[in-house]
This record gives sequence, structure tokens and C-alpha cells, in this order.
Amino acid sequence: MTTALTHLQRLEAESIHIFREVAAAFAKPVMLYSVGKDSSVLMHLAMKAFYPAKPPFPFLHVDTTWKFREMIAFRDQMAQKLGFDLLVHVNEDGVRDNINPFDHGSNTHTHVMKTVALRQALDKYGFDAAFGGARRDEEKSRAKERIFSFRNAQHVWDPKNQRPEMWKIFNTRIASGESIRVFPLSNWTELDIWQYILQEDIPIVPLYFAKERPVVERDGMLILRDDERMKLRPGEVVENRLVRFRTLGCYPLTGAIESDADTLGAIVGEMLTARTSERQGRLIDRDEAGSMEKKKREGYF
Amino acid sequence: MRHIMAKSLAPTDDVRDYLATQEKKSLLRFLTCGSVDDGKSTLIGRLLSDTKQIFEDQLAALERDSRKHGTTGDDIDFALLVDGLEAEREQGITIDVAYRFFATPKRKFIVADTPGHEQYTRNMATGASTADLAIVLIDARQGVLRQTRRHSIIASLLGIRHIVLAVNKIDLVGFDQAVFDRIVEDYGRFSRDLGFQTIVPIPMSARYGDNVTSRSDKTEWYSGPTLIEHLETVSVDEAAVELPFRFPVQYVNRPNLDFRGFAGTIASGSVAPGDEVVVAKSGKSSRVKRIVSYGGDLAQAAAGQAVTLVLDDEVEISRGNMLVSPAARPQVADQFAANIVWFDEHALLPGRSYILRTETDQASATVTDLKYRINVNDFAHEAAKSLEMNEVGICNISTRTPIAFDPFAENRTTGAFILIDRISNATVGAGMILHSLRRAENIHWQSLDVGKRVRADMKNQRPAVFWFTGLSGSGKSTIANLFEKKLFATGRHTYILDGDNVRHGLNRDLGFTDADRVENIRRVAEVARLMADAGLIVIVSFISPFSAERRMARELMADGEFVEVFVDTPFEECARRDPKGLYARALNGEIKNFTGVDSPYEAPEKPEIHLKTLGKSAEEMVDTLEHWLNERDIAEDQYDSGGGI
Repeated sequence: MTTALTHLQRLEAESIHIFREVAAAFAKPVMLYSVGKDSSVLMHLAMKAFYPAKPPFPFLHVDTTWKFREMIAFRDQMAQKLGFDLLVHVNEDGVRDNINPFDHGSNTHTHVMKTVALRQALDKYGFDAAFGGARRDEEKSRAKERIFSFRNAQHVWDPKNQRPEMWKIFNTRIASGESIRVFPLSNWTELDIWQYILQEDIPIVPLYFAKERPVVERDGMLILRDDERMKLRPGEVVENRLVRFRTLGCYPLTGAIESDADTLGAIVGEMLTARTSERQGRLIDRDEAGSMEKKKREGYF
Repeated sequence: MRHIMAKSLAPTDDVRDYLATQEKKSLLRFLTCGSVDDGKSTLIGRLLSDTKQIFEDQLAALERDSRKHGTTGDDIDFALLVDGLEAEREQGITIDVAYRFFATPKRKFIVADTPGHEQYTRNMATGASTADLAIVLIDARQGVLRQTRRHSIIASLLGIRHIVLAVNKIDLVGFDQAVFDRIVEDYGRFSRDLGFQTIVPIPMSARYGDNVTSRSDKTEWYSGPTLIEHLETVSVDEAAVELPFRFPVQYVNRPNLDFRGFAGTIASGSVAPGDEVVVAKSGKSSRVKRIVSYGGDLAQAAAGQAVTLVLDDEVEISRGNMLVSPAARPQVADQFAANIVWFDEHALLPGRSYILRTETDQASATVTDLKYRINVNDFAHEAAKSLEMNEVGICNISTRTPIAFDPFAENRTTGAFILIDRISNATVGAGMILHSLRRAENIHWQSLDVGKRVRADMKNQRPAVFWFTGLSGSGKSTIANLFEKKLFATGRHTYILDGDNVRHGLNRDLGFTDADRVENIRRVAEVARLMADAGLIVIVSFISPFSAERRMARELMADGEFVEVFVDTPFEECARRDPKGLYARALNGEIKNFTGVDSPYEAPEKPEIHLKTLGKSAEEMVDTLEHWLNERDIAEDQYDSGGGI
């Protein structure tokens, strides 16, 4: 007789179900592809959900122009390998105004180059559903969000008035201009993600693995100096250290950790003994209390 | 330094062993519920903290937040861990459900922390719908309250069979056994008829951790398990795999003409290649040819798996239908009784039309009869004319098209639905089906004038005239015939009017002069109008090249009833196909006034449906038509709004 599904099989089935539901019920879905490990898992699940067909929607990368170079190379390589339709959007207004994390701080930079850019892209293409890789275990306001999360025509999330979400019966009805953000990984934990990457042998950006990299210690974080745009402050030195990243974003805002974990097994092993949560490596969540909720209400993923 | 992580010494083999044991752990989904301030969020914070799920940086943030918003003096306020919204922290209440994840060496847990305020009951129901067990918290000083009862009833209706009665804040009543016993007795009396399989009462203090993860030395009179011991060992298996096979079709996967797979999540039972399956709504049967998956075909698949099935035969199945076991079929009906939990501030009103959504199907639905409302205090069945927000009742529901379902008590997946407001698209209610109603027994005779609406209602459909226009050879008849078959298969009443069946009878006195062509169309349009009046779905398949004639036909029909379908195939393609050899003859000058050759075709400017046929199969065209019809039936409620049948 059939044995019960394993924990990962259950999570996988739930995610695939969500992907198919969106493909069946929406006119113009898109997958937000942020190139990180969660995106890699999301992409893998999308390939599974529609096999033997390709995912019936494009993948959108909102490029802040400050991503690690290795992320961009990996992105283009994956698009070619899997043959999905990759759209890249940059907020040209922000580029023109030279918005950057060093002069404007993480808040303004993220708002202009990520949140506003995302809204621009969604409006430009008229997407009515957008997949994101957010997980409920990441952060307190995310723990509160529905799998199918409604956005009004201004892309605003109203956390106090979310639609009830019963069983696996999703309300996919929206009026023109409104949209739904969909989170197939809602019920996955960070450990599940790594376990699944290991089990399915899913490619991820090499930055997750330990390697000697040129880093600068700044504001209590180790920042990888990915290009010359990062000017050194007095007293700062670039050192080669054995580091890796637990989470990936804009390089000036993403702290590395010292680690010698250079295999998936070692990463998981390190995680099991970790005493800090993964978002700690991100400056944006520390800016102020409730900062993630605020960003999400404005349209951030 | 903070960014330096302890170097891991775990070799890969250990990690793999660890992961292997992680994989074998079972998962328990539960919720915490109960009245405001009974300590739900505090309990979850305590569980997370005691099972070492809180990271150092989160603990630091929690200490900061506790000083700013906390309600526990100098102690850490664990509720702030789960009350993730600003409004919640400011007001010190839980508004929406939060999901938290933790694990012990024995089990993995997903816990839904749900709000206690009555106005947020719908968020409690959201958390309960995916849970197998409910922790009902009771403040030992307060005892069983109205919200305790409401939440217990909702948990019961949503199919939860296991309850932990957490008598919390036992420290505040001096760890008094008499208080505990009285509450347990009260709750037992109240919940006798709620169908719970297990009710495990535990005296605890979430704030100080008594009997949460470790046994309290202050409740020596209590000999039962701690909360975590019970959560780790309680068996909640529903064994959906033992139930008859149910496969709600979610998505038809058709990357090319050679592959047609039905994608969905198996709701119950199991399936293997070679198994006979039946299409629930049409009764057609077929066999499973392959179970397709990314990693290769599967030899078997069971409840909970998301798979793609390929069948032996070309049977008609679209999203919303169900593949089922031939031996034990679900019910297919358009009238049934259901428990309803109402979520919306606008009350449920019998006669009003809503959109009913099951896991993959949707239909226009009306509550034909609100049988009674359940009083959450004493279970009394009260007569009611409407169901207000957060109320629970039993209703008869009528859908425009039949749906396939099982009673909720037998199958939690195929027996549930939600109701959606047509205007706001809000999710206004949740339903659990009790049983179908057989029409003959349940239709109440009323004095009704027999008219178009009643005739259509009897056929359980809404009339329409699909007017196919396009060049000769564009595919009108092929598409029309397939469309009719498909409508017929879903129980619709149809008729096709085309040149052949009309020119040989009714219009045999007409030739091909301009005047005769106009008269030809006029008569066809009049016949279509009469048929629509009789409640039929009429498919007219005529070249009808002139927009003036088509406009005349449109104006004969009621608003929204005339559906112009432009079968758009380029002239070159029609001439190439030339199924009747007419183009060859016309191009040779043997036929005069031939549309597209020496007589113009005025393409529709704004057809309701524009079918571009090049490179597409007739089946795909028909899917478009059917989808359009379903959407229209749902969007329009002109026939629904005036009361029940």
C-alpha cells in the first residue's frame, strides 16, 4: 500500500497546486525571479508543475543595477538552460537620478529601485498575478500573509482586511487593474528549502558557497566589494576572507558570514547550528520596526 | 562578533542522517483559538521559545519590542513574536492569523495563531480550515465564554476532530484543581454534540511555561500529558488514501496536439496506469494511460500528490470536472444542503446570487432557503431571514450548473466550497456540503407565469444565440458541431441552425438575390429568437457577410443574448481547404456572388468572440467558447437576483 507522503513531498505538492491554479485562473501571470535560492526552488517547482510543457508565463527580474555580478551571470545562464522567457526591468528614472545605496541609504534605494521598479514593471505589462518566493517563516508580517494575497489597483496590500483563505480553495477573482501576489513557498521553512535543494540537486548562485572573497567591514557587516562603485571610507581595508552568503540582494546591503561551508551538506550542517535568522544579513529589515510590513504595503514583495 | 558564525563541525554524513530523520517525521497542523486575552499568542511564543525556534537576533528584537509595546512588565512579551502587524502590536490584539513553524525531535508542526475577537472570526476560520487539531484556550478566571463556544462550533463544522482544552493562567487561580475541574465539566457538557474524537484538558500557564513543554510542580493533582507530549503523539490520520479516488481537474496541460494531460491534486484514494476512471459530470469512462511527472512516469500516485494524468481515450474533460473511481462515484447535483459560516458585513440573503467556488470548479449559486441559524451559546436552531457576519447556519443552495461533490463529512476536500460576492469579489462565506437535494422532492410549486425565464430555469441554463459568421470553409460548422456536443455533454439544451437544415425546408423558396439573402437571414434570426425564448442555447452558423444583417439579428434578441462569433480564417486558407470544391468553381467563374471572390465579406468590428483559427484545433476554439459562456453565466445575475426557483 502507498506510504504517506514525506514532509517535502507535501510541500512540493502544495506549491505545484498553487502554480497550476494561477495558470488556470489568471489571464496574465508572471513569476518574480530574484535569482536567490528561493527563486531557484520556485523555478524548479514551476518546471515540475507544467511538465512536459514549459511554465506558461514569463519570469521577471527587477534589476536594481546593484546585484552581485555573479547573480546576473547565473540568471542569464539559467534562462538559457531552461528556456524560459526572461524579462528584465530597471527603473530608468532611478538610474537617471543615480539612486544608489551608498548616497541614499537602503530605504530610498530599495523603495526606488525595487518597490517602484516592480510596480512599473507590473503596470507596463499588465500582469494580473505575480508569483513571489516569500516564506512565512522569514519575518513576522510575512507570517500573516495569505498565499493568494490581494493587491488593489495601486498595488497596495491591506493587512487588516485580507480575504479569508479556506482550505485549498483560492479566490482568484479580481477586478480590472487589481492583482494578486501569489506565494507558493508560504509554508516552507529555510531548512525545507535547503533540504529540497539538496534532494533535487537544484542549481544555486555560487555566492552561497564559502570562498575567499574581497570584503570590507562596515557597520558591523562584511560587505563584498563587487565593483569600483563602492568607495572605501577612511580606515577601511579590503581583505580576502573565507565567506559566504545566507541571503542575496543588492551587494552593498547584503552581509556575508565567515564560513568554510563549501558544499550543500556543509551549508545545511551550518544552518542547523545557526543562532541567527537569515534576514539578519539584510540591512533593510533593521532600518526600523515594522519596516517589512511598511515595504510590503507599498508593493514590495 | 555578531556576523561570525560558529564553524560547523558536522560532517556531511551526519547531516544526511539528520535530514533523513527529518524527512520521516510526520506533520501536525494545529491552531490556537479561544476568546480575546486567553493567551493564544503567548502560548505560541512559549512553544517556539521552549523548542529553541527563536534565533538570537529575534530574541534581541523581542526584548526591544517588549519594552516598547509589551504588556508583561519587565518580562519578555511572547505575544509580540506572533503579532506581526503594526496595528496588532500597537493595539495589543491579534487581528489576523499568523503561521509559525517549529519542530521537536518527534514531529514537525505548523501552528496557526488565530484572533479571538468576534469581528475577526473569519481569520480564525482561515486558520482552522487547514488544521487537524485545535487548542482551545480558556482563561481559568473566566471559564467557557461565548467566543470559546463559537470557535469550538466552527472548528467542529470545519472538520476538526481533536481538541486540546488548554485551561490557561492557572497560576492566577492559585493552581486550583476545583477551578480546572469545573471548566472541564462545563466544556464537556457543551461540546457533547460537536463530534470531537478526543478532548484533552490540560491546566497550564503559557506565560510561565507550566505544563507546556515541561511538567509543572505546582499541579501535582494533574497526571495527564504536557501540551507538547500530547501534540507529539496524538494521532490525527484521516487516511484520505483509503477513500474512493477523487481527482478534481485543475488544469488541462496541452503543450501540443500530441499531448493532453489533466493536472490536479489527488483529493483522495490512489491511482495507477490501467485503472478505470469515470468523468464525474458526464459519466464517460476511460483508463489511465500514464501518470506523468518531471522525474519520469509514476507507477502509482495517491491522495495529496499533484500529478498529471493522461487517459486512453479522447474524453471531454475541462477544469472543474472530476475524475473518479467507477465503483464509488461522487454526487453530481445542482441543489444541496450545506452548513455555511458567514464572513461578510453584508448579510447572507436567500435569493441573492453568489459565485460558488470549489477547489477547481465554479458556478453561479443562490441560497434558496435558509433553514436555520445556529445559536452559538446553546446550539438552538433559530429561524432566520438572513445570516449576519460570523453567524453559522444551514442552507439549501442551488447552482446554475451541477457540481460534483461528496458530503463534507466523508471528504474534506471535495465537500467544501466558498461563496464570493459578485460585485466586490470578496470571499463572503464558507460552506460544508451535507447532502444533495433531489429535485422532485424539493421543488416547491409556486404560482409562476410560464415565460422565458422559467423555461430557461427549468433547463437550468440561460438562453443565448451564438451567431457564427465567417467565410465559406472557415470552420464554422466543425466548430459549431463540436461546441454543441460539448454543451450537450454538460447538460445544456441546444440547437444548431445552419444553411443546410434551413435552406432545405423553411427557406426553400428563397434564392440568392440580395433581397432573398436578407430575408434568409431575417427568418433565421426570428427562429433563433423563438428558440432563445424557449430557453435554448442556439448556435447559428451562417456566412452572413453583411454587418447590417447581423445587426438586425442582434437587435431582435434580448440584451446580452446575442453573441457574435467571428470565425476568422484567412481567405487563402479557406480557398486552400475548399471542403466542398466551391472556391475552385467560383474562381473559375462557375458560381456568381460568392463571398470573398466576387462578393464582399464585411468582417465584424467588435465581435463578442473572435476566433483566429490558423494553427489552432477546433477543440481549442470550443474551449474559448465554453469559457466565455461560463464567465457570462457567472457575471450576469439578471436571472438570479429575483429569488429562488
